[in-house]
Amino acid sequence: MIEYIVAKYNYWIYIALMMVGFYAMMAKKNLVKKLLGLNIFQWSIILFYISTSVKSGGATIPILDKAIDVANPSLYLNPLPHVLMLTAIVVGVSTTGVALALIILLYRCFRTLDEDEIFERLSE
Amino acid sequence: MIEKQFPAIIIVAPLVMSILMNLMGILSKKGCYYLTVVTVSVSLISAIGLLQQVINSGKISYRLGGWDPPWGIEYMVDHLNAYLLVIVTAIALLAAIFSLRPIERVMPARIPQFYSLFLLLTTGLIGMTITGDAFNLYVLIEITSISCYALIAKGDDRSPLASFNYLIIGTVGACFYLLGVGYLYIMTGSLNMLDIAKILPTVYGTNAIVAAFSFFMVGIAIKMAFFPVHGWLPNAYTHSPDVVSAFMAATVTKVSAYVMIRVMFTVFDPSYSLKVFPVMDLLGWLSVGAMMYGCTLALAQREIKRLLSYIIIAEVGYIVVGISVANRLGFIGSVLHIMNDAIMMVCLFLVAGAVAFKTGAKTIDDYRGLAKRMPLSAAAFLVGTLSVVGVPPTCGFFSKWYLLLGTIEAGRYIYTAALLLSSLMSAIVGFRVLQSIYSTSSERPSLKDEAPLSMLGPIYVSVVAIMVIGFFSGDIINAVIQHTVPHGFK
Repeated sequence: MIEYIVAKYNYWIYIALMMVGFYAMMAKKNLVKKLLGLNIFQWSIILFYISTSVKSGGATIPILDKAIDVANPSLYLNPLPHVLMLTAIVVGVSTTGVALALIILLYRCFRTLDEDEIFERLSE
Repeated sequence: MIEKQFPAIIIVAPLVMSILMNLMGILSKKGCYYLTVVTVSVSLISAIGLLQQVINSGKISYRLGGWDPPWGIEYMVDHLNAYLLVIVTAIALLAAIFSLRPIERVMPARIPQFYSLFLLLTTGLIGMTITGDAFNLYVLIEITSISCYALIAKGDDRSPLASFNYLIIGTVGACFYLLGVGYLYIMTGSLNMLDIAKILPTVYGTNAIVAAFSFFMVGIAIKMAFFPVHGWLPNAYTHSPDVVSAFMAATVTKVSAYVMIRVMFTVFDPSYSLKVFPVMDLLGWLSVGAMMYGCTLALAQREIKRLLSYIIIAEVGYIVVGISVANRLGFIGSVLHIMNDAIMMVCLFLVAGAVAFKTGAKTIDDYRGLAKRMPLSAAAFLVGTLSVVGVPPTCGFFSKWYLLLGTIEAGRYIYTAALLLSSLMSAIVGFRVLQSIYSTSSERPSLKDEAPLSMLGPIYVSVVAIMVIGFFSGDIINAVIQHTVPHGFK
């Protein structure tokens, strides 16, 4: 059991982080904390992608060593997940940007960031 | 020569123009409106051209930037997405034409920004429909969603909170989709949908593929507001600006339903999707839940846009039930209903927008005596409601007919009963509104005060479409939809 967990520790970490983010999104009442939860959730997926490209046994990043033998894939890491995650980071940043703008809008309107208090104001 | 470039033009035109819109805004505010209408028209013409090419000569594969698939991003157009591209661009055009007066009134200082986001939303929806690359699809889902969040937040005073909640739930949905792509990439080493489909049969039966399939399903279900993960939809669509809710109501859930069909039957093989776990039973029962829940809650609403939002939840149930019975007739019904639902919803939401623009009426009680004040808009609402109920000869009848036949052929009589019962309930919902519209109120002035032509035009285009498309549904099925049925469906 222990070996099983240790051998795939990267996946366990990503699942744990994901659940932390999920909990924050569901249980927290403060909008900024919810947004932080969302970020943790997104970032855990990015870490998952990055960890899938890791290779043991001296593999390196292709651009570090120009003389690397491209025909032998065990010498370098798979660069594609890294590139995909650059795009995903950009998507995450823009989502966060829009969310922060919405939070500012809500704060100006209600003078609070607590979800329950906003609901109270709305039902008045 | 230009026909060869249609798959690029259809998406590049709105994308480039959404960036240039702010420059246009410096020159002329009115110019933004015309530029948007022209840009969306260019996309519509390309979409019609693509549909014609697909009908004449079959699938089109377009290599974006000249890179060969599976390394480059491939745009793949077949009967299913060519058909959907025409629907999405046509609805975008109707919404763009309609937007002239309400946007001038609601956000006079933000006209270029509105049209910029509007075109970005159009780009995202077209891209989701046309792309043949699984990761590219994720990026386009997020482009669509982010422009939705921003547009929703320009609505009434409750809209920022509705938009924020949609943002949280919507991003979780997109993240699940991304995880699904990740698992498939680990197992197959490819991101091109057709290439994945080729490699997948060698690894079917592994747990990772079951996990990928489940992540896809949950992610897409959130995006298409499928019961029980529909929670974001009613608030988001009720509080957003009227033009935006009309455009989103008619397209976002429908395009997500298309993504579901694409993932289930193109990326995964139908024989796998149907048997991986009792996924079809699950989808079927959840759509029964969606129909019952949507129609019951629609009965309880007083606000027109919220009522229509609950109807959309039920309509998503209709689309999914046809897929879940896994036969030819049901699938044809689903694909036909994607179009019919888009047209009905754009008609009803645009009328709601026109009425709110002219009279400020938002609830059923406000609608009293509307037939006197705005007879043409009231008549359009009548036609839209009849189509939602499924009264012949409106188009809603024909797709429901195929759905009913599909469920009967599969021997799923409970689904049939649910379809009939929810039609009956939507009839009650519709007639409650119509009764209010056609009753005479003594305390309100009943001077005739009809919406301007830029609003009535798009409304009446959709009304004519509702009346006419029903008669041509046989031709549409023969020319397009029968080619979209996955292999193995009888």
